[in-house]
Amino acid sequence: MAMTITEKILANSAGKDTVKPGENIWLNVDVLMTHDVCGPPTIGIWKKEFGEKAKIWDKDKLVIFPDHYIFTANKHANRNVDILREFAAEYQVDNYYDVGTERYKGVCHIALAEEGYDIPGTVLIGTDSHTCTSGAFGLFSTGVGNTDAAFILGTGKIWEKVPESMKFTFNGKLPNYLTAKDLILHILGDITTDGATYRAMEFDGEAVFDLSMNERMTLTNMAIEAGGMNGIIAVDEVTEQYVKERTDKEYQIFNSDPDAEYHSKYVYNAEELEPVVAKPHSPDNRDTVRNVEGTKITKAYIGSCTGGKISDFRFAAQIIDKQEVKVPTFIVPASTEVAAQLEVEQHNGRSLKEIFENAGAVIAKSSCAACLGGPDDTIGRAVDYDVTISTTNRNFPGRMGSRKSEVYLASPLTVASSAITGVITDPRNFL
Amino acid sequence: MIKFGNRMEKVITGKAFVLGDNIDTDQIIPAEHLVYSMDDENEAKMYGKYALSSVPNDQSGLPQGGIPFVKDGEYESEYAIIIGGSNFGCGSSREHAPYALMKAGAKVIVAESYARIFYRNSVDGGFVVPYESVEKINDKIKTGDEVKIDLDENKITNLTTSESFDLKPLGNVLPIIAAGGLFEYARKSNMI
Repeated sequence: MAMTITEKILANSAGKDTVKPGENIWLNVDVLMTHDVCGPPTIGIWKKEFGEKAKIWDKDKLVIFPDHYIFTANKHANRNVDILREFAAEYQVDNYYDVGTERYKGVCHIALAEEGYDIPGTVLIGTDSHTCTSGAFGLFSTGVGNTDAAFILGTGKIWEKVPESMKFTFNGKLPNYLTAKDLILHILGDITTDGATYRAMEFDGEAVFDLSMNERMTLTNMAIEAGGMNGIIAVDEVTEQYVKERTDKEYQIFNSDPDAEYHSKYVYNAEELEPVVAKPHSPDNRDTVRNVEGTKITKAYIGSCTGGKISDFRFAAQIIDKQEVKVPTFIVPASTEVAAQLEVEQHNGRSLKEIFENAGAVIAKSSCAACLGGPDDTIGRAVDYDVTISTTNRNFPGRMGSRKSEVYLASPLTVASSAITGVITDPRNFL
Repeated sequence: MIKFGNRMEKVITGKAFVLGDNIDTDQIIPAEHLVYSMDDENEAKMYGKYALSSVPNDQSGLPQGGIPFVKDGEYESEYAIIIGGSNFGCGSSREHAPYALMKAGAKVIVAESYARIFYRNSVDGGFVVPYESVEKINDKIKTGDEVKIDLDENKITNLTTSESFDLKPLGNVLPIIAAGGLFEYARKSNMI
């Protein structure tokens, strides 16, 4: 029977020859990832439900990245990190990346890739909706809540309904004024925030396979914004090179059969698309940058699992080089590895860090920071009637802090262009 | 017989709280509140206090709007049944969202459709029963209307207007809901 890449990975994990959309199956989990917001309640449920028998099913498969509320004085938030630290020590969890140590990484989805946990063909489950990011590596990944995670922690298993697949093909070459963020915002505008609910979103086409792994992760990252169960991109030599540089683990490559069945197929010509934003208050509220050009902003934000990768800062530096920002602009590298790269990578003879600092931007420490608002002392948090243009993933009411604020989601090129003018600006004006 | 949490109820009646489409998890429980312990009752009740606290004012308690789900200074809501539109619970994976609704006293949600993770969390955590309505009903029930949900008949009745609407059967997840959540279900099935 012809199957999609998602169906093949799920069948393999469930120990079946074939699976069909709609079928409920039990998966064997290869990696369980959690963080400081959902880790402590997951551990609480695991201890309560398994009682004295509580045992981690396979501690090499458990990965914990504190990343959400790290640089804050909030005592409850700090207590959550303490709970993770004590748990890791008590149960000897080696894959714990503690705050305040050299092992600290930052945003979990980017750290999973960097630390070699994104292995093609596997099943990776995380207590975070953006766990779908890892699907850029040709694996099945999805987010779950604390109860499901606690169940996995004790058994290594999770039930899933096999999703139907949707296919999104971008033909042609991506112009220099577009990024993966524009592609996914285009899709969201077309299919809306529940257009892929309980489905797999498979990305394909020349413009997708021309992307770096960092950019591919922007596509799969926002599958959840359409309600998708997972986002996935098949493995090619770019994937294999990235994976081999990070791990020597063996992996399996799965590909969709040419005659596999899809719920629907969308085909785009990348060369005809325009830079876009998602206007307040929904990621599917798409408009072209040209249509909203001139809208006054009060903050610009470049960060998060969606838009805080080295590729995002390369795009931004192209625009910000030798300019000054007109509004408070926050540079939040997703991971400590990205932060280190900002100091090393050069553009026109200066490091990216120097370019941002000389322009007057604030460079923050790696964490999820203001992407989801966070405690009151979170850097870059929206206050009062802020209008923020951001490379992040959600612009729901109150998402970045103040309930009165507005958020425009955009590519790093568009955010950088807007930061140096103080109004929403099309990057083609600077390229 | 539906066993839900520690309760055994086939018919649930209560006041309805009506919302629109795309009620995301940041509106259900804003991220700044996710720091409270769920094991310590003094802290856990904060989830009830802040349930649905970030719904825009004009969208909170339709059709009138401007009605808080939980009154200022209180920890529990007077509304036991939430009526929503499409894509209820979209956004983050925070299980704190259905948990917060339960802490506030909600027992059942009836929406046109749900985001996947919120739906799973409601079922697997045994917090609230997530029913799907066959047709759009959030324009046929007003906040404050007394409603009755019959879990055997898969029906919701607006006792204020005497109108009834069909609900989609809970299907595959019914055994988990009936058991009171994933762990209870797994124990009953000798999985753990």
